[in-house]
Amino acid sequence: METISMDHGGGGLKAKKLVEGLLRYFESPYLEPLDDGAVLPLGDGRLAFTTDTYVVSPLFFPGGDIGRLAVCGTVNDLSVMGARPSFISCALVLEEGLEGETLEKVLESIARTAEEAGVEVVTGDTKVVERGTGFGLFVNTAGVGPVLVELGLHKVSPGDALLVSGTVGQHGMAVLAAREGLEFEGEIKSDCAPVNSLVEALLGACPSVKFLRDPTRGGLAGTLWEVAKGTGLGVEVWEEKVPISQEVSGLCELLGIDPLYSANEGRIVAIVPHEEADEALGALRGHPLGRDAEVVGRIVEEHPGKVVLRTRVGGRRLMDLPAGDPFPRIC
Amino acid sequence: MRYIDAFRDGRTARRLADAIGELVGKSRFSFMEVCGTHTVSAFRSGLRSMLPEGLELRSGPGCPVCVTPNSYLDRAIALGRKGMVLATFGDMLRVPGSSSSLLEERARGAKVHVVYSPLDALKLAEDSVGTVVFLAVGFETTAPAVAATVLEARRRNLRKVKFLIAHKLIPPAMRCLLDDPDVRIDGFMCPGHVSVVIGSEPYRPLAEDHGVPCVITGFEPLDMLQGIYLLARQKAEGTAEVQIAYRRAVRPDGNAKAKELMEEVFRVVDDEWRGLGPVPQSGLRLREDFGEWDAEGIPVDVEPTVEPAGCRCGDVLRGTCWPPECPLFGRACTPEHPVGACMVSSEGACAAWYRYGR
Repeated sequence: METISMDHGGGGLKAKKLVEGLLRYFESPYLEPLDDGAVLPLGDGRLAFTTDTYVVSPLFFPGGDIGRLAVCGTVNDLSVMGARPSFISCALVLEEGLEGETLEKVLESIARTAEEAGVEVVTGDTKVVERGTGFGLFVNTAGVGPVLVELGLHKVSPGDALLVSGTVGQHGMAVLAAREGLEFEGEIKSDCAPVNSLVEALLGACPSVKFLRDPTRGGLAGTLWEVAKGTGLGVEVWEEKVPISQEVSGLCELLGIDPLYSANEGRIVAIVPHEEADEALGALRGHPLGRDAEVVGRIVEEHPGKVVLRTRVGGRRLMDLPAGDPFPRIC
Repeated sequence: MRYIDAFRDGRTARRLADAIGELVGKSRFSFMEVCGTHTVSAFRSGLRSMLPEGLELRSGPGCPVCVTPNSYLDRAIALGRKGMVLATFGDMLRVPGSSSSLLEERARGAKVHVVYSPLDALKLAEDSVGTVVFLAVGFETTAPAVAATVLEARRRNLRKVKFLIAHKLIPPAMRCLLDDPDVRIDGFMCPGHVSVVIGSEPYRPLAEDHGVPCVITGFEPLDMLQGIYLLARQKAEGTAEVQIAYRRAVRPDGNAKAKELMEEVFRVVDDEWRGLGPVPQSGLRLREDFGEWDAEGIPVDVEPTVEPAGCRCGDVLRGTCWPPECPLFGRACTPEHPVGACMVSSEGACAAWYRYGR
């Protein structure tokens, strides 16, 4: 393996290659699908199990903080696996010098978000590392929950509708703006939120949902790329339908970043049978987290394994996976 | 940013595309988008797929990190290895030098900071113990801000900050392309942002001496279609003039204040471009009065420059080679393992082809 650079932490090809490299050391049929978590047999039913580590800087950003993010990330991974998030763990790596007040604020946020999501923190761990070896605080959460419905890319077929539950790119741009101290008119807030109740509403109205995913690192483009690669089918996206807030669109324009590649932490991508697209859209829009939901594209037989964007001006182009995190440009 | 949508209207775009199609007819034209931002915009908006078959858009030398030669990167890396703090715009990070990149150097412990404004380098210098070197790369667009920052460093008497200047001037590079017998250009889409600073006059000799229409063009899809339309109309009418299709930002005489700043701080020199080689009077360096802030004089062992074998970035930057014609494209050279600079920069022609065009 090559020396680790920051690109290995982005949502792009390098991160994917890194994970594939790690996989060679572990053999398990449950690991192989490389989903957001593993689905394990348990008695008569099945259990979803996932883990994630949070290293966001700054610890607090508009719309959230590392604690809220750590709970939402794990809850959302379980939700999009078709599971009901039930119990989570919380492990903290604390850097020498971290102020007690900061830690308390994060813990309060973890507790509040867990309550909001209806999950219990049932186990945990703390470690302290020397000053200079962390960003103050790293958080790991793992979570389990019973699987309610089977979802998966194997169910996806041409003609299916593609939905997104709200405006995209907010989390990535909110954190970038906060980290770099970029000042501009109109604050961008992270969309960070537990999506389990939104997923429940969707599954209730539209039981034949085929696939769900939370488009985190790599953004909407990254998730759709996985859909195209995983199904071997084509994905067609309609640019004018993809909801993007004025603020995100403006900041992205300024920095030369494509909002479709910017991370989300409170959105879901859903693939549903064409006939149920309206019900699914109605169910999403009826939930506070899904008010801006849209049908943004469809699964097609053409251009297999590729995502093609039909642009607002009437052109078309490929939507590929980036190599690493997007860097702002010079001019 | 509320006005963006107006410049992305599908119906108007279609009408312009149709009008371009009529003007081009059965002719074949090769227009060059000089600026990397144009290249990316053309791909991102899918505009290329709307143009008539006889019209091709060639990318030019207007991607700042792409035209920065390896030797510059090598010098910056050497300064970093000497323990100096490097402050740079983000898209320089992945650009390969002869044997390493700033991102790899950072993974090995070099102090490399991404900044969003040259002024951030002054703040870094005030907060840090050692010397901070700002990597000043870019065209007439970024040069005035760097000039202002150098003046501010002098005003604050801040001597811990140095500038490694590799600013380049666009019109001399365009002239160099027109003098190259291998390059066919029927019209230039001149860079909108550069023209905000320099105005439209510097392009006049290009249009008049070489008979090549020049249209200063903005970056939204409709801006670009309008620029292409005006070029196609000039071709159809047989004229070669300088036109401004980006009047909401560009004035004929440019930005006087910005030009003054550049004049005060920089001198014009012959400079090395990746792809074009040495171009007369095409680069900026600090004037002697600002020698104390010049990082060029810092003694440091720079590794011998090695150009990657097989890489055709140079030809891509001259518009004589489509990115997929390079033997490395998509094989040895991808955005995750870039061999040439054009694959790295978000504004690079190869990166745009790889990402949007395959």
